[in-house]
Amino acid sequence: MRIPPKYTQMAAVALLGLATAVTLVVLLFIIVFVLDKGLPVVSWRFLFTNPQNMGRAGGIFPTLVGTVLLPLLAIAIAMPLGVGTAVYLTEYTRETQVTRVIRFGTDCLAGIPSIIFGLFGFIFFVVMLGFGWSLLSGGLTLAIMILPTIIRTSEEAIRAVPTSYREVSFSLGATRWETVIKVVLPNALPGIVTGVMLGIGRSISETAAVIFTAGSSLRLPHSAFDSVRTMAVHFYILAREGLSNENAYGTAAVLIVAVLMINLTAYWLMHRFIERRTK
Amino acid sequence: MKFDRETNVQRLLLVIALSAITSLLLIAVFIFKEGVPFILQVGLRNFLLSSDWRPHAGKFGIYPMIVASLWVTFGAMLIGAPLGVAGAIFLNEFVPRTVMRVIKPTIELLAGIPSVVFGFIGVVVLAPLIRAHLGGPGLSVLAAAIVLGIMVLPTIISISTDAIAAVPQTYREGALALGATRWQAVHMVVVKAARSGIVASIILAMGRAVGETMAVIMVAGNAAKVPHSPLDSAQTLTATIALEMASATGMHRQALFATGVVLFVVIMVLNSIATVAVRRRIGKNSKR
Repeated sequence: MRIPPKYTQMAAVALLGLATAVTLVVLLFIIVFVLDKGLPVVSWRFLFTNPQNMGRAGGIFPTLVGTVLLPLLAIAIAMPLGVGTAVYLTEYTRETQVTRVIRFGTDCLAGIPSIIFGLFGFIFFVVMLGFGWSLLSGGLTLAIMILPTIIRTSEEAIRAVPTSYREVSFSLGATRWETVIKVVLPNALPGIVTGVMLGIGRSISETAAVIFTAGSSLRLPHSAFDSVRTMAVHFYILAREGLSNENAYGTAAVLIVAVLMINLTAYWLMHRFIERRTK
Repeated sequence: MKFDRETNVQRLLLVIALSAITSLLLIAVFIFKEGVPFILQVGLRNFLLSSDWRPHAGKFGIYPMIVASLWVTFGAMLIGAPLGVAGAIFLNEFVPRTVMRVIKPTIELLAGIPSVVFGFIGVVVLAPLIRAHLGGPGLSVLAAAIVLGIMVLPTIISISTDAIAAVPQTYREGALALGATRWQAVHMVVVKAARSGIVASIILAMGRAVGETMAVIMVAGNAAKVPHSPLDSAQTLTATIALEMASATGMHRQALFATGVVLFVVIMVLNSIATVAVRRRIGKNSKR
């Protein structure tokens, strides 16, 4: 007996809809669960006092500092490299063997798991170059990790700048570099910032690459060669060693709010950028 | 003078543009330099196929970890792939554009949830459920597979949605004009046309699942022996590296880097397959 197509369609759509609903419910459940348990713990005191007894009591202030400093350092290193690469690929060359190699390298780098970055950062920056577990080692490692994201988003943003803008600039006698600096980059800025925000978001939530390169010291750093602990690492240690469930939930809540706000800003910027371009 | 500055800028930009590939090569060289001599010394067969992992006794067989990584990854795909692909099809074909424009970014936003948080939820919510209803220690291959399956959903949905959206509207219209229902048009025409993109999304998600570390450490239970059922504890390749790196020295550390080599090779192969799949699709579509 053949089932009429009308019914198979209804069954299929119901199943697909169910799968979509399950996906959304599970992902939202995770956020609501953590915020529900964590937000009551969070207060100004929690954010701005030092942890006591390895984090069993007290606040998370040093990890907050680490979470701000480490991604900033990573971005400061990765942004010039990423935007420079994007400018080179879009403005200074045609598709050649060289660009293909660059693109291949970027794609491969994007797929490497963070534990490999951690291993590499440890053996190269921490041990071989002698930077130790430090802000610097962690920042350099994270910079390499987020480089592909910044290259891709910058490249897309630069390509979206209309060719006529460049032509006008050239016709006024500007050189290629002057055109890039004064016309192309300012117009591509929102798109580039989107990539930067996504990079910061990824750095903040990273654990495996950070714990082996930046270490996990709970003291406030005084130089780039001091070890720091980010909120993600702090949360991992609290949860894994069962030090304090309450503080773990609090840290996780701050972490999730920070990451969601950064990613939301990134999407909002990208959305505005696309809207302006399509007008 | 102006001309000189231009060529200098161009040279500088070329050097900068090579930073990504240079980093990749540095990573490969340093991981391999630490790991490959160890593999040669112990023997590849011995390293990959021996089940005896007792670093302090000088026994380095990663077979249990390979099995654990395979089980966890395939389990994650069994959960993540159907849910993710179904979600992508539903959002593209059966939901108004405006709704999709809200839901897709929401799902991509959720990709930003830190992996340690996923792991923690696995520990406090999922593991007790498994322990109570199915038995075993709770922290298990099954728990890790479910957590990873959920973690890769945004990747699969995001890339599959793009692939399905790239299928020309005329394909759907052609199928509908021949009297097909929406669903027939979708599964007979649209999904087939978007197949390589969907496959690529699943392979990329596999790469993420194989490489995920912190979430797996928290939920898989970390027992360095071959798991015999999904309810057994297990320790993946990534977990072994992360758990033992802090205290490892000498041969033991080299063994962990050798494990990194295995991981690196697996990920490279998976990503190359995905890249080829995506390229083929782009090439095919641009020819039309």
